[in-house]
Amino acid sequence: MFDYETLRVIWWALLGVLLIGFAIMDGFDFGIAALLRVLGKTEDERLVMLETIEPTWEGNQVWFVLGGGAAFAAWPQLYAVSFSGMYLAIFLVLVALILRPVGFNFRGKVHDERWRTLWDWVLTCSGIVVMLISGVAFGNLFLGAPFQFDNDLRMSWHGSFFELLHPFALMAGLVSLTMLLSHGACWAAYKADHIIADRAVRVARWTTLAYVVFYVAAGIWLAYGVAGYAIVGPVVTNGVSNPLYKQVAHGSSWFASYMEHPSFWLAPVLALAGAIGVQLTVGKKGLGCFITSSLMVAGTILSAGFALFPFLLPSRLDPRSSLTVWDASSSKGTLGLMLAMTVIFMPLIIIYTSWVYRVMRGRVTLDHVRQSGHGY
Amino acid sequence: MIDADVVTLSRLQFALTALYHFLFVPLTLGIVWILAIMESVYVMTGREVWKRMVQFWGVLFGINFAMGVATGVTMEFQFGMNWAYYAHYVGDVFGTPLAIEGLMAFFLEATLVGLFFMGWNRMSRVSHLLTTWFLALGTNLSALWILIANGWMQNPVGSAFNAETMRMEVTSFSEVMFNTVAQAKFVHTVSAGYVVGSMFVLSISAWFLLKGRNIDFAKRSMTVAASFGLAAALSVVVLGDESGYAVSENQKMKMAAIEAMWETEPAPASFTLFGIPDVENHTTHYALRIPWVMGLIGTRSIDKPIPGIANLVEETKGRINNGILAYDAMLVLREDKNNAQAKAILAAHDKDMGYALLLKRVMDDPRKATPADIQKAAASTIPNVPVLFWAFRLMVACGFYFIALFGFMFWQASKRQLDKRPWLLKLALWSLPLPWLAAELGWIVAEYGRQPWAIEGILPTALGVSSVTAGQVWTSLGGFVLFYSALAVIDAVLMVKYAKKGPDGLGLWPPAHPARAATNAPAHA
Repeated sequence: MFDYETLRVIWWALLGVLLIGFAIMDGFDFGIAALLRVLGKTEDERLVMLETIEPTWEGNQVWFVLGGGAAFAAWPQLYAVSFSGMYLAIFLVLVALILRPVGFNFRGKVHDERWRTLWDWVLTCSGIVVMLISGVAFGNLFLGAPFQFDNDLRMSWHGSFFELLHPFALMAGLVSLTMLLSHGACWAAYKADHIIADRAVRVARWTTLAYVVFYVAAGIWLAYGVAGYAIVGPVVTNGVSNPLYKQVAHGSSWFASYMEHPSFWLAPVLALAGAIGVQLTVGKKGLGCFITSSLMVAGTILSAGFALFPFLLPSRLDPRSSLTVWDASSSKGTLGLMLAMTVIFMPLIIIYTSWVYRVMRGRVTLDHVRQSGHGY
Repeated sequence: MIDADVVTLSRLQFALTALYHFLFVPLTLGIVWILAIMESVYVMTGREVWKRMVQFWGVLFGINFAMGVATGVTMEFQFGMNWAYYAHYVGDVFGTPLAIEGLMAFFLEATLVGLFFMGWNRMSRVSHLLTTWFLALGTNLSALWILIANGWMQNPVGSAFNAETMRMEVTSFSEVMFNTVAQAKFVHTVSAGYVVGSMFVLSISAWFLLKGRNIDFAKRSMTVAASFGLAAALSVVVLGDESGYAVSENQKMKMAAIEAMWETEPAPASFTLFGIPDVENHTTHYALRIPWVMGLIGTRSIDKPIPGIANLVEETKGRINNGILAYDAMLVLREDKNNAQAKAILAAHDKDMGYALLLKRVMDDPRKATPADIQKAAASTIPNVPVLFWAFRLMVACGFYFIALFGFMFWQASKRQLDKRPWLLKLALWSLPLPWLAAELGWIVAEYGRQPWAIEGILPTALGVSSVTAGQVWTSLGGFVLFYSALAVIDAVLMVKYAKKGPDGLGLWPPAHPARAATNAPAHA
């Protein structure tokens, strides 16, 4: 139905959809976890915080699992290079993700103050680790990674964990952290008891402000301080997936694609408009602030994805080995089949997820958790 | 060159995390149907006891489910972290069922599990029942897609090697999906999960009866567990036999190792009930053989032989030589894309390319292999015979024991005499760990048994590793041992704690308003 080139672009877009889905859906869960003890001063208040996400966080996390699975199937080299290259960073994320489900479940299973405090901190740290490392990893995409392929397309990586902590990458980490803290606070402002919601409004205002500062600073840094990558020579968009068939130059601007496609500017505009929207709506009733923070999240990821296009992961060690949309994908048949599956199942997922949120609708109040105890 | 330490450590880590993950998955697979059955009875009869059964077993299910999810993420991550060349080499084929699993199954179960626990008072009874059924369906579909992926590792159908992209690519996804090995593995594995779930409910209920607590509650639970368990135990053995048949078709070496069949026996081969495999001398001491049985199981015939290990090694040597020709042709094509002769050689032998890659473990260029190297590589395709031999026999013995136990329990349940024989209850209680043992042994037979291949005949395990240092893998391995041990202790303590609390201790039984126990009145717990 589609040609190879189009399928690749579609899967690049779907990778973006999954990332944005993950950041929006799981992002506020991470934010809530990280703010658990900031917004929840007493045990009852923390129970409210937890109950705002407990019925749904597990489903939300599947956005991440599916993102991993889809990358494995649609962009196997991206998955292989990034997960093995950033080994220890990914391991830290993994530990955080392992501790979350058990944290949610085990926390209430023993009635002991120290036990609950322990798991509070586990959840808080896991939230912070994932938010921060996701951003740092994204930042590293712009810096290029130290990897190369041999002729059998066997990848070797010549870098260490600490090299990932480049100041620009740390800045990207702060963008991610403040963005998702704000997003989580917006969820608490919408969903939690008024006492907590009031605190959440203040947190959302300040973190959104911090986000805007970091986001703009990262943009300026990217424009003036980080050299971009560009494919040299004719670009074969429907060729075989072998990165070594092309030439890449380092030294151009990451904003080149923005100059070429002015419509790309809508993404950063969306991100900043979302941030302004959060400031305008966060004290008010309704879902407004959560929608605006979601737009902020979507705009941020889109703006990064657009800047990188057509690169997925450039290599600073051997630019030719860089992974792009045109040469790191699965075969045409696999992309087509997976697209068909996505077209069938994604709407179903959205329908039953919406249904679950509908069933669990309404503000979680202190009275509610005092009466009903803890269900999880 | 491939770092042997990284290979060993990565394998160790994968085995450890997979075996650990597989402590939680089978229980989830089984108990979720038991919950669905119990809740169906509740909705049909309106009897409160059945709802309380769902809620009590649900608490234990929840603790287990959390661990299953937590350890499952590790499995997905590890393909990229530790097996990057594997991920590149087979992602086109292997990644697809994994992604479909996420889309079709994991999303469903993970989205509904929260509602299962927290939606009791927010939905109609029928909606909640549907939630439970779809949760059960989701977990089982999850297993289906994972085992389609795994089945392809055992029997790589529907795919072909692409020399330009240096990887396997899908040629027919329906072949991947309806792979006989995958289907046989799926039904065998989920039945094993049903046995685990049934034994779990049976054993803990038996303990309540022994203590004289929650009698009515425990007897009903036991009746469900015994009937579901009997059906599951029967199918796990029958379908396991089907799985064995599929193996003998596609993984002859694994089959020969399970049987410690050093030389090809004239058809129909006998089954070695007991023996001491001697790896050095290629013989099995004190072998107690039952004539014909193996031939019947393995080939469904009396005239087809089952090849022995020595013969298979000889065959492998030929395939390595062919693989080297294919590898050479591929290198020629890299320089000269239009070389017709090289194209023809590659097309003729690309199915044996993986055998040449066996040599890559010790040399960069397989074309330089001496006959001695080839002999060594061919010999390396023999898996660990004694481990397979014994793991298989113990697993099968467990299987027959489960049929006997559940069968007897079912009989007692139908005579309403479950609480009349304390020794039987004790037996049920002490049998609790056995299904887990059988499941782990099954994993060992299936996965350790296919070594040295990651993908049978296509990609040697050693070649699949990432470009990481042994230090990095030591760090993650140490981390896993630390975290997993701590979680195992906590999980076990919580499981025992909540099982001991029982429905009475949790305030679930007897209900606060006894009159309601038999009516349709909603609960206020």
